[in-house]
Amino acid sequence: MGVGFETVPFLTTFILLPKTSPLFPYSSGFFSQIFCESPTRLIDPQLVSSSLLPANLLILGVSYLKMPSETMDVPKTGFSFDLCRRNDMLAKKGLKSPSYLKTGTTIVGLIFENGVILGADTRATEGPIVADKNCEKIHYMAPNIYCCGAGTAADTEAVTDNISSQLKLHRYHTGRESRVVTALTLLKSHLFRYQGHVSAALVLGGVDVTGPHLHTIYPHGSTDTLPYATMGSGSLAAMAIFESEYREGLTRDEGVNLVTKAICSGIFNDLGSGSNVDVCVIEKGKKEYLRNHLTPNPRTYISSRGYTFSKKAEVLLTKITPLKELVEVVEVGGDAMEE
Amino acid sequence: MDSIMKDLNSPHSMGTTIIGVTYDGGVILGADSRTSTGLYVANRASDKITQLTDNVYLCRSGSAADSQLVSDYVRHFLHQHTIQLGQPATVKVAANLIRLLSYNNKNMLQAGLIVGGWDKYEGGKIYGVPLGGTIVEQPFAIGGSGSTYLYGFFDQEWKDGMTKDEAEKLVVKAVSLAIARDGASGGVVRTVIINSEGVTRNFYPGDKLPLWHEELPPQNSLLDILSSSSSPEPMVS
Repeated sequence: MGVGFETVPFLTTFILLPKTSPLFPYSSGFFSQIFCESPTRLIDPQLVSSSLLPANLLILGVSYLKMPSETMDVPKTGFSFDLCRRNDMLAKKGLKSPSYLKTGTTIVGLIFENGVILGADTRATEGPIVADKNCEKIHYMAPNIYCCGAGTAADTEAVTDNISSQLKLHRYHTGRESRVVTALTLLKSHLFRYQGHVSAALVLGGVDVTGPHLHTIYPHGSTDTLPYATMGSGSLAAMAIFESEYREGLTRDEGVNLVTKAICSGIFNDLGSGSNVDVCVIEKGKKEYLRNHLTPNPRTYISSRGYTFSKKAEVLLTKITPLKELVEVVEVGGDAMEE
Repeated sequence: MDSIMKDLNSPHSMGTTIIGVTYDGGVILGADSRTSTGLYVANRASDKITQLTDNVYLCRSGSAADSQLVSDYVRHFLHQHTIQLGQPATVKVAANLIRLLSYNNKNMLQAGLIVGGWDKYEGGKIYGVPLGGTIVEQPFAIGGSGSTYLYGFFDQEWKDGMTKDEAEKLVVKAVSLAIARDGASGGVVRTVIINSEGVTRNFYPGDKLPLWHEELPPQNSLLDILSSSSSPEPMVS
């Protein structure tokens, strides 16, 4: 009985034998407990049977031993939580863990004479750091409905993706174009169910058979229906522009200009918003997604030399191992499904 | 920046002034139109009087999300009830459905509601369903943060058996008084008149309301000066 065997979790397989099997006479004894984690107990492949079961069933138990290694470290299966202890220790010493990605954001929407225009900035922040300089905040919901999202980036992405899938299934079910109020009700019930913990503030806009619609949805699940709306940390700056210059019956170009102006106001006056302006124009029967419609923040200092690495890193050998091998499948004959 | 951020993340609540008044032949519901998140006005033209059935309407106050969801649920239940009953639902049934939801979820909801409508059995009726889920049938009901300024006013001004015009004037006067004194109420005054003939919605813009003590008359926005000329003129002393 070797001492070199470490803790071994092992498998026990049970095989049901019919009465006619030649192994049947071996059924005897009591069901023995063979699971153990003790390093001292050695388990050989054993035959274990049970007499507690009906006579026409033989339970054959076979246990497999893990291969012992030369050294003592056979790795445990399952997750290793050692780093959690390190993180706790670091937190106690004062290191702040990275915060979740929020979209500081300025998002706006307005209704013009033929439809809806949505606008958003493109900065995603992680505390004081800009995590993404050019993210997309105008999410697709349906061919005729788009949704801008402010708040926690993961929440806005997840909730809009989820409801977009539900809308698609609904379209298949009804055979009709999705309506904005459908998306609104799905989003509002989802957010209310989570009592504000899904931190997603949305501006939902679209054109359906009943006409153009624009709604704002707050994280707790309340909604407002408005002709022009702004959300996010830059909403006050953008709303100032809208309140002074919005009027009913704007043309498409006037509308796009006003939206761009409002987003720029957010970009330049709010620290949580920045980079470029995205615009989405939705009209009856068509939509235009103007990604980076305006880029008022280009990179100013670009080194003409480009990047060079110091000569100290000398390449001795280059070996490229593809992670996915292209395998050729040869049909030996007969249909693969026939087996 | 932080305090503004905190405000924008506050739950959407309706400061509000809501009123429901019975008159000889029906009811009149009135409300302001301000919805705030913290100290920012999220919607300055919201509609706080929502329809439950053709003849029953609901005034909402408190948390915007809670009151919207409660009204959606009750609209659904009342619709089912109307189908099963075969005739329009009574105001009492509507108010009791509101009350059941409010009372049974009292720990999780924050919604003060006033149910008003007209049915052929009882005529015009107003039911108040405040925060805990009580149901109180009253000749007039007031609710919301602005209502604290109206208790004395109604004690003096309320009369039984008013005509429709008298009652509507009373409601508009009351809401405008509350708007003058309560920071969380503002915007426009919306009224809904429900009687045997049907439902009438009225709208009173903020600058047409009567002026009270020390209130200045409304002025056109000074932005007109800026937009009319291409650039602002330099100050001349």
